[in-house]
Amino acid sequence: MPERKLMLGNEAIARGLVENGCAVATSYPGTPASEILSAVAAEQKQNRLSMHTQWAINEKVAFEIAYAACITGLRSAVSMKQVGLNVASDPLMSAAYMGVKKGFLIISADDPGPHSSQTEQDSRLMAMMAKIPVLDPDSPAQAKKMIELGYTLSEAFNIPVMIRPTTRVCHARQDVILEEIVFVKNLPDFEKDPLRWAATPKFRFQLHKELEQKLKAIAAHLATAPLLLNPEAKADNAIVVSGVAAAHSKELLKELGLWGKIPLYQVLQPYPLHTEFKNHLLNDYTNILVIEETTGIIEMQLADHAKIKGKLSGMVPVVGELLPEIIEKLICDFCEKEYSPVDLPQVPGKRPTLCAGCPHRASFFAIKKAAPKGIYPSDIGCYTLGLNFGAVDTVLCMGAAIGQAAGFYHAHKNEEKRPDIIATIGDSTFFHAGVPALIDAVVQNVQFVLVILDNRTTAMTGNQPTPASGVGVLDEPLHAVDIAALVKGCGVSYCKTADPYELQDFIKLLKKAVQYSRAKGPAVVIARHPCVLNISPAERKAFAIPVKIAKECDGCGYCVKHFECPALSLNETETKVILDQLLCIECGVCLHICPKNAIIPQKE
Amino acid sequence: MQQIQNQQYVISGVGGQGVLFITRLLAETAILKGLPVFTAETHGMAQRGGIVLSHLKVGNFYSPLIRPFQADGLIALKAEAFEAHKHYLKPDSWAVVNKKQVPRQTKNSSFIAIDANHLAQKIDNFRSINLIMLGFAMAKAGNASNLFCTSQDLEIVLSQRLANNKNFHHTALKAFNTGFSEGRNE
Ligand code: SF4
Ligand code: SF4
Repeated sequence: MPERKLMLGNEAIARGLVENGCAVATSYPGTPASEILSAVAAEQKQNRLSMHTQWAINEKVAFEIAYAACITGLRSAVSMKQVGLNVASDPLMSAAYMGVKKGFLIISADDPGPHSSQTEQDSRLMAMMAKIPVLDPDSPAQAKKMIELGYTLSEAFNIPVMIRPTTRVCHARQDVILEEIVFVKNLPDFEKDPLRWAATPKFRFQLHKELEQKLKAIAAHLATAPLLLNPEAKADNAIVVSGVAAAHSKELLKELGLWGKIPLYQVLQPYPLHTEFKNHLLNDYTNILVIEETTGIIEMQLADHAKIKGKLSGMVPVVGELLPEIIEKLICDFCEKEYSPVDLPQVPGKRPTLCAGCPHRASFFAIKKAAPKGIYPSDIGCYTLGLNFGAVDTVLCMGAAIGQAAGFYHAHKNEEKRPDIIATIGDSTFFHAGVPALIDAVVQNVQFVLVILDNRTTAMTGNQPTPASGVGVLDEPLHAVDIAALVKGCGVSYCKTADPYELQDFIKLLKKAVQYSRAKGPAVVIARHPCVLNISPAERKAFAIPVKIAKECDGCGYCVKHFECPALSLNETETKVILDQLLCIECGVCLHICPKNAIIPQKE
Repeated sequence: MQQIQNQQYVISGVGGQGVLFITRLLAETAILKGLPVFTAETHGMAQRGGIVLSHLKVGNFYSPLIRPFQADGLIALKAEAFEAHKHYLKPDSWAVVNKKQVPRQTKNSSFIAIDANHLAQKIDNFRSINLIMLGFAMAKAGNASNLFCTSQDLEIVLSQRLANNKNFHHTALKAFNTGFSEGRNE
């Protein structure tokens, strides 16, 4: 009997990659895609596969590494979250023209909702813009199958192929059947062909023409053609679904007793939509309901909009996740079946916050002390949560803290009383997109303070290493790049490193940095303390400073509001702050924050 | 394959409590029993102390998500998680909630509260609230409905998963059994 294993969608994708002989896999972590690469690495270790897996400094570099591998004749893949694809869009557009030599997959995970992203953008639109085919899996099991489909498609037409899972595929678990891992002998062989791999605009025109021809042929490729799931159903109307909306719809049609009544088509390849399928739909049905996430890509390709009920017609919501309860209403309305709407009470959820003892909290507290009236541009990571206590004013995209800080400076610089600008960026984000912006700030002499929140990891996405860690995805030793040296290399003259847990000293240091920035130019402070998730209980014990709440606490709530450690709380019935021993990690930072000195050490 | 009725459960709590861990245990137990299974999980920002939610569907399903009023049971590791997710429950369902007092009793449903924080303190294992709750749920729901697995099945999977970590294995089983006996004794 074949082995059935419980797999996260991302693990199933990873398994699909190794089963199909992927030789180079790269990524930059981002929810919901992060687990793909670590799962590939786990398979690689377990099965002793000779392949290259790595976290790259950002998605663009990750893309370029994997793409180069495929033009040497190795199967390769790059994975990322949807906003990461924005960063990699430059090589994507060009790679589509040049094509591939061996299979190349771009796995771009979307996040309708959004649950953990800045946008709900649809990567399939990027595939459309780049003019490459995209496959849209409905479950972990199908995602695994689509890796094989994708590689075959890529090699049949010499074209990069996108796989577009969404959060509900990436972070669903399902029992998945394991196939054998094919051990392919990898023989890289880069054949020089400058007219293609380094094509000038004249040849690009030719390549573009070829690309259009490929797309026409792909729109007739049988293996990825839409499936009619219930051939027994005959009606004047039909429903077309793709991605996880297909999974919800299959289940709903059965539950609603509509399975035998209305034809349900599942699109596997939303772009390019199969030509014959388009014609069949438009010729043979009166009304067609299209359900897909998050943009109406399939809908856009169906020319006769009078027949189509979807996002463009206003029937299907264009914003937010298509939850099964929303799809239930759509199907009932479309099939003229009775539907009793459910009224859900909106319960305010608990907002996320930095972990108890998180070093970022200390840094933010210090920043507000050092420049109380400052402007605080920030960035993407756990520390985005600094907005809970007013220490984060802007979050735009990876690396923007520095670019925006410069913008704020230039906007204000001719004013008599300029605001101080203190930007925060994580260590991984600084490497990813902060370095060019910092160089620019040096060139323009932007008078601001940059605090690099260096917790020695990429915490938000599951503690992946950074270029400063000196280890790779397989835990193999690698070279480490020193952040302070890098900052100085960018041309910054003022760069200090300190531990934010030493709160008093850290505040003093920040005040000096602010002074420097007012008088001279960019000042950088590296706030270095490891993420608490990476500190073992034993290490923690060694440095523990147990605290307690003294009777001087009058319940003013200052610590709760301005520091927000989850271990400190105040409820209406109490007159004193309560310390939750379960959550407290005994970091001792809160000893310095109470204006009445009511948080004190347990032992004097 | 064994024939069972389709079953849908919601497990919720706040980030860091180990909602994912017990969801995975249950899902692996389903596989042990030869049953098809789906889960949907919360990852990312909410894991930093926000409300997290897992859906678990055992049987013949296509979608990983549970619709409102469809769940057979709910395990809430925090009282506020129960408030946030009780709308998933259908009539005749059960819920076990980590809370000091019994929550409002709703018609046709059995909602049972347990003070798992206190029990965790008693066995000196603050990180084990999730397993205490799971044990308790097994004791309570095991009788009430035709659950797809027994507490023995869960213990087998727990032992498989933690085979390489003797210490953790021991404390995990202890927590699970603490919750289970609490459920049986009441
Ligand atoms: S995971 Fe690390 S960086 Fe993120 S909030 Fe927790 S302690 Fe801070
Ligand atoms: S010592 Fe204070 S700041 Fe640190 S975790 Fe405990 S309560 Fe929070």
